[in-house]
Amino acid sequence: MEEKILTKDFGLKNLFKIKVYLQQGGYKAVKKALEQMRPAEILDEVKKANLRGRGGAGFPAGVKWGFVPQKTDKPKYLCVNADEGEPGTFKDRYIMSHNPHLLLEGVIIASFAVGIHSAFIYIRGEYEAVADRLEEAIAEAKADGFLGKNILEIGFDLEVVVHRGAGAYICGEETALLESLEGKSGHPRLKPPFPASIGLFQCPTVINNVETLANVPAIILNGADWFVKKGLPKDGGTRIFGVSGMVKNPGIYELPIGTNLRKIIFEAAGGMKDGKTLKAVIPGGMSAPILKADEIDLAMDFDSLVEAGSMLGSAAVIVIDQETPILEVLKAVSKFYSHESCGQCTPCRIGISWINKIVRRIASGQGEKDDVDAIICLAENIKGKTLCPLGDAAALPILSICRKFRQELEGQLSR
Amino acid sequence: MSPEYSELLRQRIAEVIARYPKKEAALLPVLHLVQRETGSISPEEEKFIAGILDLKPIKVREVVTFYTMILRQPLGKYHVQVCSNLSCTLLGAGTIIDYLKEKLGIEIGQTTPDKKFSLSTVECLGACEQAPCLMVNFDYYGNLDKERIDRILASLT
Repeated sequence: MEEKILTKDFGLKNLFKIKVYLQQGGYKAVKKALEQMRPAEILDEVKKANLRGRGGAGFPAGVKWGFVPQKTDKPKYLCVNADEGEPGTFKDRYIMSHNPHLLLEGVIIASFAVGIHSAFIYIRGEYEAVADRLEEAIAEAKADGFLGKNILEIGFDLEVVVHRGAGAYICGEETALLESLEGKSGHPRLKPPFPASIGLFQCPTVINNVETLANVPAIILNGADWFVKKGLPKDGGTRIFGVSGMVKNPGIYELPIGTNLRKIIFEAAGGMKDGKTLKAVIPGGMSAPILKADEIDLAMDFDSLVEAGSMLGSAAVIVIDQETPILEVLKAVSKFYSHESCGQCTPCRIGISWINKIVRRIASGQGEKDDVDAIICLAENIKGKTLCPLGDAAALPILSICRKFRQELEGQLSR
Repeated sequence: MSPEYSELLRQRIAEVIARYPKKEAALLPVLHLVQRETGSISPEEEKFIAGILDLKPIKVREVVTFYTMILRQPLGKYHVQVCSNLSCTLLGAGTIIDYLKEKLGIEIGQTTPDKKFSLSTVECLGACEQAPCLMVNFDYYGNLDKERIDRILASLT
């Protein structure tokens, strides 16, 4: 059985061109959805498919769409989260550069289902070449009557704008993304109100990750039951696992949701590089708590990872070898989050940079007896005390590293 | 002294503004466009942009200082940004950074006296499968080693 949904045609030359995409049956899903289905039917199908958000939080996409009020005087917006800043994550770059029309199909169907006529793709600033590719795809889709005014002559209008960020991880958080799109600093908003009711320009807004939307065309074409069978009943479809770090073949691997983590590392990615020994794995992007080498016999789905005390997040698997001191990992994590804290909440702004200073002191050979406990204490006081998830995204992996590798860290303390 | 901006830039700014329901939303795209022409966003540019978007200059300053890709000082012709995040560190980003420092004769955050190269470290670039990786202006280079660095630098004239 063909397992792949999103990446199956990636090997084709010029798949990003609409001509090639159409030859592969491209835009059939848009035609089916707009010509043969009512918006409510699309919504039901996506709900039944249990398509969970691929950005990190795993919220069911259909339910999210359903939160947007049907009747409102205000315009509604769709924001595609293509910020992809979570360290270890590079899957959306592949989707957008290899198969931009697949994403656009998802955008068109989602917009039609929710009654949206204006969509923004918020893409990280560094992906300039990818943004150009998206612009070209949008122009092609417009020329062929899939975007713009009166799409497929059914009276539905949709404009898509590519909006480039400028180097701030926090703008991947959905409300910071909205602020950034409005021309402001990326400071997350207090929730509620949720974006579905008060979002972009104070209007009802859907925010979905690139990979989430890219799954929608296949759900429309093949049905929710088909999609659920590809993955798990509560978590349908495949995931694009991005494997990096000390493996033989780093890259993207699209596999059914629930695939065993050991299998992803040792079969899909070819095992450890240069015969090295596995020490630890970060299973879902840097925000995910670390797993030790003996904890990786796990099904990679949202619920199993939560049970194991970690999270599936963006399904970015970072593989760490025995020779890498765990302090190096802790240093990278604390440096990243202290750099990326937006500064709005004190526990995050002060706490993470404080942890980073302690970690750097340990690395310089000046670590003190109680340093590991000090880091744990600080992280515990960041956890749950910030307005957005960045505080937890920093605190949870730091806590897991300190607790699971305490002995090794304490061995680095000189005083 | 009021800086001169090209007609093309003004035209592209007008096009970008028209894409948004509110002018202010065009601030980041406009900053990208202006920076592409001027190399950085000085107080002069802040005033220019504020005028176009009906914003106070301080509001533009706030946004300029929040986003790391918006530069307040011009950099060298080639901005070399090496990823120092985890996947790259695991595969030797540290060695790459040291080698670049030695080759260019500058520290992180500095520009060569001939204004040709600026060197920075950067957080995850989203190209971890090619770790260690770097970016020169907007071009990505991956699977780095010393030899590849030599070739990349030699190609930048």
